[in-house]
Amino acid sequence: MAVKSIFISGVGGQGTILAGKVITTALVNLGYDVKMSEVHGMAQRGGSVITQIRYGDRVYSPLIEKGRADVLLAFEKLEAARYVEYLSPEGTLIVNDLEMPPASVLVGKEEYPADIVERLKEEIRNMIVVDAVGVAKECGEIRAQNMVLVGVLARVMDWPKDAFVEVIRDVVPAKYVDVNISAFERGWDMGML
Amino acid sequence: MKKAFLTGNEAIARGAYEYAVSFASAYPGTPSTEILENISKYPEIYAEWAPNEKVALEAAAGASMAGARAIVSMKHVGLNVAADPLFTLAYTGVNGGLVIVTADDPGMHSSQNEQDNRNFAPFAKIPMLEPSDSQEAKDLIGEALKISEMFDTPILFRTTTRVSHSRSVVQLGERKSLEMKPYSKNPEKFAMIPGFARKRRLNLKDRLAALEDYSEQFPYNRIELGKNYEVGIITSGISYQYVKEVFGDEVSVLKLTMTFPLPKKLIAAFAEKVKEIYVVEELDPYLENQIKAMGFKVKGKEVIPEIGELSPEILREKLKGEKPGITFKPYAQLPSRPPVLCPGCPHRGVFYVLKKMKAVVTSDIGCYSLGVLPPLESIDSILCMGASISMGHGFKKAFEANGKNATVITVIGDSTFLHSGITSLMDAVYNRSNTINIIVDNSITAMTGHQHHPGTGYNAKEEPAPAVSLEAIYRALGVENVVVVDSYDLKAVENAVKDAMKYKDGPSVIIARRACALLKGKGPKGLYAVNEEKCRKCKICLRLGCPAIQVKGDGVFINPLSCVGCAVCVQVCPFGAIEKAGDE
Ligand SMILES: Cc1ncc(C[n+]2csc(CCOP(=O)(O)OP(=O)(O)O)c2C)c(N)n1
Repeated sequence: MAVKSIFISGVGGQGTILAGKVITTALVNLGYDVKMSEVHGMAQRGGSVITQIRYGDRVYSPLIEKGRADVLLAFEKLEAARYVEYLSPEGTLIVNDLEMPPASVLVGKEEYPADIVERLKEEIRNMIVVDAVGVAKECGEIRAQNMVLVGVLARVMDWPKDAFVEVIRDVVPAKYVDVNISAFERGWDMGML
Repeated sequence: MKKAFLTGNEAIARGAYEYAVSFASAYPGTPSTEILENISKYPEIYAEWAPNEKVALEAAAGASMAGARAIVSMKHVGLNVAADPLFTLAYTGVNGGLVIVTADDPGMHSSQNEQDNRNFAPFAKIPMLEPSDSQEAKDLIGEALKISEMFDTPILFRTTTRVSHSRSVVQLGERKSLEMKPYSKNPEKFAMIPGFARKRRLNLKDRLAALEDYSEQFPYNRIELGKNYEVGIITSGISYQYVKEVFGDEVSVLKLTMTFPLPKKLIAAFAEKVKEIYVVEELDPYLENQIKAMGFKVKGKEVIPEIGELSPEILREKLKGEKPGITFKPYAQLPSRPPVLCPGCPHRGVFYVLKKMKAVVTSDIGCYSLGVLPPLESIDSILCMGASISMGHGFKKAFEANGKNATVITVIGDSTFLHSGITSLMDAVYNRSNTINIIVDNSITAMTGHQHHPGTGYNAKEEPAPAVSLEAIYRALGVENVVVVDSYDLKAVENAVKDAMKYKDGPSVIIARRACALLKGKGPKGLYAVNEEKCRKCKICLRLGCPAIQVKGDGVFINPLSCVGCAVCVQVCPFGAIEKAGDE
């Protein structure tokens, strides 16, 4: 299989690392060659964070090139706009309908663009906007927003659902397993274009 | 066989386990930190955090001399700190295998510079291996230990951020059972007085020649012939993956894994097969210069950038002339999102106070380095770990020597003070420096992800350990003016600084103490909110740069999801408009 690339962007502390772990563990279990690159250290202090995932028969680079990601999974709108240049023209943008203003905006020095979703919709053919926080709240744990988004992604990529449910059972602490699985399943239901 | 999906760092740790390492030491530093964190999970391996990299390497050298297989890991700048033992260890050689991991950070994701530590191998005259993915990282730890023992030499193991922090699939093996090597006293080998060192120097020369022969045969140095013999690419480390990504088997590749000493004959054989050679490497023209010095005509840094990280994209553009295809770029500029001090961070209030003082502030490396950014903007300098106190001392003395006056305040973290601040403060005491030295003691190494250090009361395996007392160190150094304040108490911090300004009999120390707000069970509790009726919208609270305090309309509001209840903002509001709104 030709190599596929998933670019995840978000804000430090949003659970992108766990999302990456669930996705890649499932892909490895499915028998693919997989590489993932993540950023640790300083950037995690509320900074912009990215995780890059590539899988297929044989993967060399852990980094995705601009204009070549099959999916951009953005945990926050500004971080969607920031990294959308990585998306391939045929690719799908999944964006969390969430605004987390960075420091410069909080103190009124810069403005948070008001029209991100509309602007992106004008340019991108395949786009799914998800209120992952709202859905996660309904599932009973706001922090499960990451699994909602993973659910959407799994459906978009046509990955087998069971493989993911199994992995969530393995990697999430026992008392959060059910919440995370229902968050994943709610996401799965929304993952249709 | 079992397989696992590991980062390069986890794979190195696994390699240490499988290849019978029994001693590991390290000081944290991105991107190397997780190596020791993962090693410490294996009960078979003794693992420790050392106070700094020099101590870590010396401890590992002792373990190796005793006959154990040992590993020591650090970030690139850590090897500068450990350089002193490194250069003479090349002379003594080892007993048990000794691997020195240096994790470099091209692009400076989390570092103050991007030095290319491959240069240390020829400089210190020790062999070097460079893995290009996690499987190699694990396997090459075995090779490195073998080479170290076979040639009686420490060996450098060089990774970069993208090797250390990328995950790929790794086949796992069992731990080899290996007897520790016998130790017998041998001062001519291990005690480097000049007379013995001169002999070892000659021995070192022969060793390097033998290592070069080994490099010629080393199976991880290999030619991969492609469809095309016109162009040949010589590469190593992560750059190899980028070359394969962009070219597949279109071109021929010489993959170098032992990158010191280089295999001259293998390079010659490759040069004979292909018409034109490019050297593709990140940072310095390390391979290129050596290969050119051997007399081969190659192209390198005239096309490949020597600053920052490489990527497949850059190679595609520089070597194939291809620009990225159509990409979406709806905004020319977006608000950036740099890292910020967390809500409830105890460092925040200290910098808020310092900003109001007319003082020169020399600072140091750690989370508190973020005090250099707006809106706190109270730091004048950041150089390397430990430099705050000594630079402040030098600054003050230079001003005094030239008849000028300045208040000089230094700011250092607890882990950084224990790493390399103690001798700096000794200098300030000994030479009667009237500097004010603040230690922002959050009782953990926060920046790199909460590692213990000699002051926290726990060791690398999370077992209780003796805690070094900062107060006792200051007493022993002879600092007479020491006060302890709560970092959350702005008035106390301010008064401590003002009092210290009056003290003229040597350096003062202010211990600003409060646990990192992210430490489980140690952070503050509560929730604060803006009382709209009392708020006059002066926005002074925004000067704290707390991510929980946000502009709303023409006023401000405190985001209850972010607020952790440190109550520092309560103290800066001139109108008493920030009030307690909850206990959790
Ligand atoms: C020689 C060297 N080793 C390691 C590092 C990585 N590093 C930077 S700051 C730091 C320690 C920070 O801890 P502390 O001083 O307690 O401050 P905190 O982050 O907790 O505020 C480390 C390990 C470095 N920059 N230089």
